[in-house]
Amino acid sequence: MIEFKLPSLGADMDQGKLLEWKVKPGDIVKRGQVVAVVDTSKAAVDVEIWQDGTLFEQLVPIGETVPVGTVLATLLQPGETPEQAALQKRQAPAARPAPAAPATAAAAPSRVSVPAAAPPSQRRPVSPAARKHASELNVDIDKVVGTGPHGAVTIEDVEKAAARAVPAPADRYAEMRKAIAAAMSRSKREIPHYYLSETIPMQRTAEWLARENGKRPVTERILMGALQLKAVALALAKAPELNGFWLDGKFQAATGVHIGVAISIRQGGLIAPAIHDVDKKNLPELMRTLSDLVSRARAGSLRSSEMSDPTITVTNLGEQGVEAVFGVIYPPQVALVGFGRLEMRPWVESGELRAVPLVTASLSGDHRASDGIRGARFLAELRERLQHPEEL
Amino acid sequence: MNETEIRTRVTAIIKSIAPEVEEGELRADRPLRDQIDLDSMDWLNVLVAVNEKLHVDIPEADYGKLVSLDNLVAYLHGKLASRA
Repeated sequence: MIEFKLPSLGADMDQGKLLEWKVKPGDIVKRGQVVAVVDTSKAAVDVEIWQDGTLFEQLVPIGETVPVGTVLATLLQPGETPEQAALQKRQAPAARPAPAAPATAAAAPSRVSVPAAAPPSQRRPVSPAARKHASELNVDIDKVVGTGPHGAVTIEDVEKAAARAVPAPADRYAEMRKAIAAAMSRSKREIPHYYLSETIPMQRTAEWLARENGKRPVTERILMGALQLKAVALALAKAPELNGFWLDGKFQAATGVHIGVAISIRQGGLIAPAIHDVDKKNLPELMRTLSDLVSRARAGSLRSSEMSDPTITVTNLGEQGVEAVFGVIYPPQVALVGFGRLEMRPWVESGELRAVPLVTASLSGDHRASDGIRGARFLAELRERLQHPEEL
Repeated sequence: MNETEIRTRVTAIIKSIAPEVEEGELRADRPLRDQIDLDSMDWLNVLVAVNEKLHVDIPEADYGKLVSLDNLVAYLHGKLASRA
């Protein structure tokens, strides 16, 4: 029997509210499949499963808030029968942490009606009990999708609709602010940061990109941000101490380069989901992934794997007009790379003063995991990589 | 398509990218990106949507001409008129 647990979706998340099951008992699930939707303080996250199997039992009802690590469901391994699983369960009952005390937001969420999949029909049956329950829960009965006979709205449907109601934007923002506050306070309390910066001439890269984009239709154009991400990923090969986590009092190098991209949310706040294996993606692929990630992050629809495993974060505040960023590391990561604005500035090359597009790249490093000399090597390599855009 | 129609379409596109924009508050003759928080990804998405809805592919070299909403509408009107 396989236990499917609520994964940690970042350092600032210790509990989540189950919004939706995407599978039901008896369904076959594949590694990487989205099986549930969980509301964290930052977003509604599609939670993936990482083992193949058949869903056996759902242990957490929709609407319940549970701590990270709670067994949400059990699965049968390929070949395992329900009888074997039931026997195993009797012998070793799955320890399930007590449900967390509901978080403030979960205790009194403002109810938002859930968009119906089908247009509401006036004639479909709604039992008086369901109608009464809907009114108690402040759910718009006309917008509830009925799953009973002839599309009848059942009490269960009403409860599901109520559970799916997500906090209104103002609550969401307050919750996100709290999550950022917790993670950043922990970072500044625990991580001895060091900061380095390097001015990088970008003429070659800017010219190369203009030529490339000149050949591309608008739908396939590449942004400078994508080149910067790729250059960071490749430069990390020279400084593996910057890519990974500080856990249990020691550095653990990551096996892949999964860059957390800091994305600002229009209503306020910030989220930094990961792009996986940035070092192995070509630029068009990276650009598509980045574009998709930004739109999903802003729509509040991210996957658990994107939330849980960034190995380093990159932030670009250049568009807001600052020259350089000295960021706060997102624990348990050990480094953050910042880019400032790209602009024409005076630059001396071969004894001559010229106007050249420049960008300031910075590194915030965790001094427990790496020393400044390694950070300096990383920035030198980043600068070098950005002189050869055709190799990115 | 006349300028008014183009303006309506372009305004709708901008609103889809930046929903917080109040139409009345947007000054058409002032730089767009000073008034709306549009980063380069948002701007690219505006141009992708323009391409999709109006079938005009704006080359990157022309971005500099498209500072205000008026600039963008006039540019698109010119492109569409020359095609007709």
